Amino acid sequence: MALSLEDVKRIAMLARLSVTEAEAEQALGELNGVFALIEQMRSANTKDVEPMSHAQDVMLRLRPDAVSEPDNHDLFQSVGPQVEAGLYLVPKVIE
Amino acid sequence: MLNATLTELSQALSARKISSAELTQLFIDRAHSLNPALNAFITLDSTRSLEQARAADARIARGDAQPLTGIPIAHKDIFCTKGWLTTCGSRMLANFVAPYDAHVLERFEAVGAVVLGKTNMDEFAMGSSSETSYYGPVRNPWDTSAVPGGSSGGSACAVAARLAPAATGTDTGGSIRLPASLCGISGLKPTYGVVSRYGMIAYASSLDQGGPMAKSAADLALLLNSMAGFDLRDSTSLERAPEDYTRDLTQSVKGMRLGLPKEYFAAGLNADVARAIEAAVAQFRAMGCEIVEISLPNTELAVPAYYVLAPAEASSNLARYDGVRYGYRTSDYRDLREMYMKSRAEGFGPEVKRRILIGTYVLSHGYYDAYYLQAQRIRRLIARDFTQAFEHCDLILGPTSPSVAFDLGAKSGDPVQMYLSDIYTIGVNLAGLPGMSIPCGFGEGGRPVGLQIIGNYFDEARMLNAAHRFQIDTDWHLRMPPDVEGVRR
Repeated sequence: MALSLEDVKRIAMLARLSVTEAEAEQALGELNGVFALIEQMRSANTKDVEPMSHAQDVMLRLRPDAVSEPDNHDLFQSVGPQVEAGLYLVPKVIE
Repeated sequence: MLNATLTELSQALSARKISSAELTQLFIDRAHSLNPALNAFITLDSTRSLEQARAADARIARGDAQPLTGIPIAHKDIFCTKGWLTTCGSRMLANFVAPYDAHVLERFEAVGAVVLGKTNMDEFAMGSSSETSYYGPVRNPWDTSAVPGGSSGGSACAVAARLAPAATGTDTGGSIRLPASLCGISGLKPTYGVVSRYGMIAYASSLDQGGPMAKSAADLALLLNSMAGFDLRDSTSLERAPEDYTRDLTQSVKGMRLGLPKEYFAAGLNADVARAIEAAVAQFRAMGCEIVEISLPNTELAVPAYYVLAPAEASSNLARYDGVRYGYRTSDYRDLREMYMKSRAEGFGPEVKRRILIGTYVLSHGYYDAYYLQAQRIRRLIARDFTQAFEHCDLILGPTSPSVAFDLGAKSGDPVQMYLSDIYTIGVNLAGLPGMSIPCGFGEGGRPVGLQIIGNYFDEARMLNAAHRFQIDTDWHLRMPPDVEGVRR
């Protein structure tokens, strides 16, 4: 299987990464090299093998539905690129 | 002082032979003088470090010292450190001053250890050579034309060049063990879930694990005592009774069964590395260990499966960098989508983008079963290989890396060759097992070779026991890069 230039551009759009034509072409060659490596997985017989998502098969913990975090609003927004009146500013999305 | 063990430093501090402020200043000065050549640190902040050191001195004066009180420790720049620039080696976070401490930092703070600085690393821990950092490549102190290994290369370099008595790292596919091996130091990746990931910037969450990097196994044990422990804020942190990882250090290893996976000694392993590993195995045999051959038949599938699973998780984890709440935002945009796309394109480097693209593709509609589910099934096969191997042995020994450190730039144009550097380390992450690397000799060009020791789940104390006994009978871990030789203990 080989990716096409269109695939690369589509994935880049899905990943919200802007790519130039030249970058897409370079990525195409590199990604096809990586996928040739990944394709070696096909040789494995994994019939009836249950997928393993985590190293320890433990149930995720639940916690009581209670407030546990203090309000760090100002501190956390101090590292925001554009903040005003406690809000994060972004370009207008609704006319 | 530069080559002292953590226990020796602790004793010197308790006996008031040196203050923490003096010790910290010594390492800061050394780091400042050698960092231009090595690029091990992204951030040094002597004001903050010395403030902590003076607090530690006050604590020692009160008679309230613990083993790590007053000892300066360098932290990989992946750990959020309150008030410190925390960049993860990326332009994306080049302006990010962490508003809180990672669990690991809280633990060290609680015992009065000093933050010596933040170490350089592959961008978002994605790399095997510490060349992908936005802050430039880290150099190997044994030979500055060589890479230090990655991704925790700054931490490994700092410990090897004696710019820091100890450091922290993280290991997703070998990122503690590989640089430890290539820089000739000791490093340990604990069992997944032993060290909290809270405040450790995420790459591939089901594989990421923090761990200590130091000169010796005994130092690692002391550091792990502070780093390990349950934390509610990491949903995968394990609720276990606290352990003293130093408890078995000096136990006899007579009769310990050590397994050599035949796949780790097959084609692909360089002869110079093989020789050093075989000599280390002979040393363990002379110490009374029983050597058995084992098999990990799915070893070759580990790298392909990893390069599906880790990028898939990364593409999801790194979706948070959108230029809205923190981190880099492009200066020029017309609408929200363009702001996202340009901020991410300008903020991430080429290797991070590559892995985001791979991850996005394998998770995209129509490909999930063929890639992601198949990789998860292979992950189980690899974990089973280890479970079966541990029926025949107590620990597994092998090389950490197929070669000694390669030259800077040698593999940076070929991602696949770079990815294969991790062939012996990735299986451990997929299975969630503990693994470590200790120095065991030198190969081509006088560059260090690391011996990998893999344990069963939660068997860190036994691994540290074997490593410590090896370090009692050998002196590889005491060897220092040429520049450091001659420094008085």
